[in-house]
Amino acid sequence: MIRAERLGKRYGVRPVLRGVSLEVARGEFVAVLGANGAGKTTLLRILATLVRPDTGTLSIGDVDALRQPQRVRQWVGLVSHQSLIYGDLTAAENLRFYGWLYGLRGEQLEARIEWALQRMNLWPRRNDRARTFSRGMMQRLTIARAILHDPPVLLLDEPFTGLDQSAAASLSALLHEAALEGRAVIMTTHEIHRGLEHLSRALILRDGQIVHEQRKDFSPQTLTALLHDDAHR
Amino acid sequence: MTPIAKSPSWPRQLWALVWKDLKLELRTRESITAMLAFAVMAIVMFNFALRLRTDAFRPLAPGILWVTLVFAGTLGLSRSFSNEQVNQCLDGLLLAPYDHSVIFLGKALGNLAFTLITAVLVTPLGAILLDEGLMQPGVWLTIVLGAAGYAGAGTLIAAMASSTRAREVFLPLLLFPLALPLLVAAVIVTAGFVDRAPFDEFGAWLGMIVAFIVLFWAAGVLLFEYLVEG
Repeated sequence: MIRAERLGKRYGVRPVLRGVSLEVARGEFVAVLGANGAGKTTLLRILATLVRPDTGTLSIGDVDALRQPQRVRQWVGLVSHQSLIYGDLTAAENLRFYGWLYGLRGEQLEARIEWALQRMNLWPRRNDRARTFSRGMMQRLTIARAILHDPPVLLLDEPFTGLDQSAAASLSALLHEAALEGRAVIMTTHEIHRGLEHLSRALILRDGQIVHEQRKDFSPQTLTALLHDDAHR
Repeated sequence: MTPIAKSPSWPRQLWALVWKDLKLELRTRESITAMLAFAVMAIVMFNFALRLRTDAFRPLAPGILWVTLVFAGTLGLSRSFSNEQVNQCLDGLLLAPYDHSVIFLGKALGNLAFTLITAVLVTPLGAILLDEGLMQPGVWLTIVLGAAGYAGAGTLIAAMASSTRAREVFLPLLLFPLALPLLVAAVIVTAGFVDRAPFDEFGAWLGMIVAFIVLFWAAGVLLFEYLVEG
């Protein structure tokens, strides 16, 4: 579903990504772990077509994402650090607006809005302005926005930030379900105690390079040891 | 699995973008309030300040009207992209499956609408205080065209300025010199209609306004992708 080869990116003279290659199949749930500044967010923004890499190739759903980013964007749902939500629109209006941009309309759009808001436990607050939401509710609305158009590829940058126990458990279940449904899910996180129960793989990113790939045993102890080891290399 | 999202026809996406900007403005009234308050105050102050020094006041009316509209329009322009900086909403627009030039068109149409709303309320005031000739159909045509040209150039420059730290300073510094030919043409054409001069005397300037519109709206459509990339 996602194939990236030798992705490289510099900001000024500072290399942020250095030849990152990764392949994620349908139904895989992959976590990218690493210290601050390792290049996790840049990698995710390149996969989402928000940033063009300086080198390398990227295809999503067999479409060349660098040549046809417009086509690829139909496939991708992104949860980024920022909410991408308009505070003075209501929760439902935000989703309706984004739904229109993704070509959804009519009953299909309204059904998707209800499904996404119900799924994130925000349906009772659908007519409230987003600016009145707490940090956790805003994060749930952000996730609702990302899954609204039923994307086959889900990219999540630190999605558990700000979520309480119940919302985190709900998101964890959603990510598991998304992978079971055949989606490719890539998540960056530094919270190794949450949401990693159903991982297919964990990648450790350091200084813009993937330095380790873990295919089993995603216990917090193991991942902590890997990250600790990575930090001291 | 295949995505349910489609690449809809761009008019629908354009409508969505304009709907969103108008809805936000109706809720907050931040741009229109600032633009209107500034425009009304500017017209009133010009009226009092200039009357102290000249008896031949009416010939100045087209210039005063356009300077007021240009400055008031800049207030709206600077807000049009700052709204998208909050919560990094611009990323949300860039993630959608369409040509990014649609975002430019949506923003430019929104800015045009705000400038025209300001003009609709300020021009009658100008007619009362400065010259009743400002209420002619030809003047309104010039306002629509001039505002369209200014919205096109202004949206393009506002997009450039949006990623800079000193965007409030950067926007007028770049935009005003660029918009000077448009301002000159708009004042001459407006004066031509107010004075009921033969069309031949100022028709070429109307052509210049149209050329300005074509140039900057086309530049916006072609360049917007590069201005916001990365």
